[in-house]
Amino acid sequence: MREIKLMKGNEAIAEAFIRAGVDAYFGYPITPQSEVIEYLMYEEPHKRTGMVVLQAESEIAAINMVYGAACTGKKVVTSSSSPGISLMQEGISYIAGSEVPCVLVNVVRGGPGLGTIQPSQADYFQSTKGGGHGDYHLIVIAPSSVQEMVDFVPLAFDLAFKYRNPVIIQSDGVIGQMMEKVELFEQMPRMTNEEIKQKYDDWALTGRTKGREHNIITSLDLVSERQEKFNLKLKEKYDRVEAEEVRYEKIMCDDADYIFVAYGSSSRICQKSVKLAREAGIKVGLFRPITLYPFPFNEIKQMVPHLKGILTVEMSLGQMVYDVKAAVEYRILVEHYGRVGGMIPTPEAIVDALKTKIIGD
Amino acid sequence: MAEIKLEDIIKEENKVFSKTSLFTEKPLSYCPGCGHGVAHRLVLEAIEEMGIVENVIGVAPVGCSVLAYEFMNIDMAEAPHGRATALATGIKRVYPEKFVFTYQGDGDLAAIGTGETIHTCNRGENITIVFINNGIYGMTGGQMAPTTIPKMKTSTSPYGRQVDMMGHPLKMTEIVAQLPGTCFVARHAVHTPALVRKAKKAIRTAFEYQKAKKGTSFVEIVSNCNSGWKMTPIQAIKWLEENMLPFYELGTLKEIGLD
Repeated sequence: MREIKLMKGNEAIAEAFIRAGVDAYFGYPITPQSEVIEYLMYEEPHKRTGMVVLQAESEIAAINMVYGAACTGKKVVTSSSSPGISLMQEGISYIAGSEVPCVLVNVVRGGPGLGTIQPSQADYFQSTKGGGHGDYHLIVIAPSSVQEMVDFVPLAFDLAFKYRNPVIIQSDGVIGQMMEKVELFEQMPRMTNEEIKQKYDDWALTGRTKGREHNIITSLDLVSERQEKFNLKLKEKYDRVEAEEVRYEKIMCDDADYIFVAYGSSSRICQKSVKLAREAGIKVGLFRPITLYPFPFNEIKQMVPHLKGILTVEMSLGQMVYDVKAAVEYRILVEHYGRVGGMIPTPEAIVDALKTKIIGD
Repeated sequence: MAEIKLEDIIKEENKVFSKTSLFTEKPLSYCPGCGHGVAHRLVLEAIEEMGIVENVIGVAPVGCSVLAYEFMNIDMAEAPHGRATALATGIKRVYPEKFVFTYQGDGDLAAIGTGETIHTCNRGENITIVFINNGIYGMTGGQMAPTTIPKMKTSTSPYGRQVDMMGHPLKMTEIVAQLPGTCFVARHAVHTPALVRKAKKAIRTAFEYQKAKKGTSFVEIVSNCNSGWKMTPIQAIKWLEENMLPFYELGTLKEIGLD
């Protein structure tokens, strides 16, 4: 029987780090995700599993500690919120550019600038379209419950190591702060140094032992022909990710005339909106992208012949809506509805938006 | 006349010097006359003599030595500008039994990476920092560095560093020597054979402090950048002796003892 607890999203994900056999967490406090590092410091995971937890002097230092530790083949994670993630972008670009696996968590708050400490989904562009400099992608997975805050931690590490690519768990202030019932998975063992050496000796920095060349972690190549070749190699990797790793959830879409497309906490609110709309006789479904990159373009496109229109619901001025419009190739009406600045849309307002923007009541 | 072979001249009994096996075969990309080559050698010799190559991980960030991993035949990471000690912190925290060192220039360590340097030293991360100070940004073509001494000419202080306008040079070694986390802090130079021997001893000592888990060990090497300084190597060494060394005094600033 798995352990069941009532936990805050931020605390649950911190517990999941420990249980997933993570080797190190480096972070810097920022609202609304400071409970992550607080929980870790309180739990003293060095006593439970040997996991390292260190509070860095800045998000810039934190991401570079992640970079260094992850260079060695260890499982390493950091968490922050929007302004902190902005500070990390240079490091994230280097990590992607040197193909180092690691996991990041963004408990998104409102912006731009210092914005607000309240929930938001306005970092969609930043996470899915780059964020840092250069041609690269993060794999972006968006939990919509405290349970998924937990379950996506092992998934994120599997993807990070499978593709040697940073993976970001794109949460938001609602999920980080709310409490829900959560089923915790059993403690997974941390890999030993010998296991890491055996498994990742072709790239990880573990010390140049006899019989192998020195390993180098770098994102630099001053020879343009080689750098182009490397960029194309990354492209092949992203193509594989796009082909194999799309994840999504469909709720009551089979007979739907209209759908909401929403992820994270917005998708939770939309579940209620679906119910309200159906009670009013409107056949609505919910399509929830779980991976924001790779985005489920094809899966949305396939639904187009059966649909009259789509309303995307995001706590932003409309960011994912561009991907949804691209997915349907502008063949049906796609509109955006959202609240910003830390305001959260109500189920009723979403149904009203569907009526006015899509159905045309 | 019989052909003279190299082996006839250099024999085991008269060999006084050989290149450390920890250099790769790649030719160094540094300018002729630059101190980086010597400093690289001293770090590698210390590692070789201690027999720790299988347990060493190095970090070199952006700067002239960004390609150090091309020349040092050890596991290495290249860090973003200024962040070498953050990477080294991450590595050391997950592999406390490894020897971890950074090899950084003055722009990197004393300007963009000041925060990381101070906090790494203040936490007493058990790593070794080798800091090359040539008073200028060499890689980008000779701009003013945080270590550029007053009145020194660079491409961004073409009339000499005016401290009233451009601020004062920063003595990072003196700063980190004050921090409780550091265990061994020294400033050396590598432009004469005698100084090279002293610098080598200091780098070795720094690694010994790391072995003894005493905290952060820090060795500054005051070096020349004849290209950036727009001098010949000989002129640059003379200028270094007459101008840099009076400002950056050589010696051991802190040593808490290995016991």
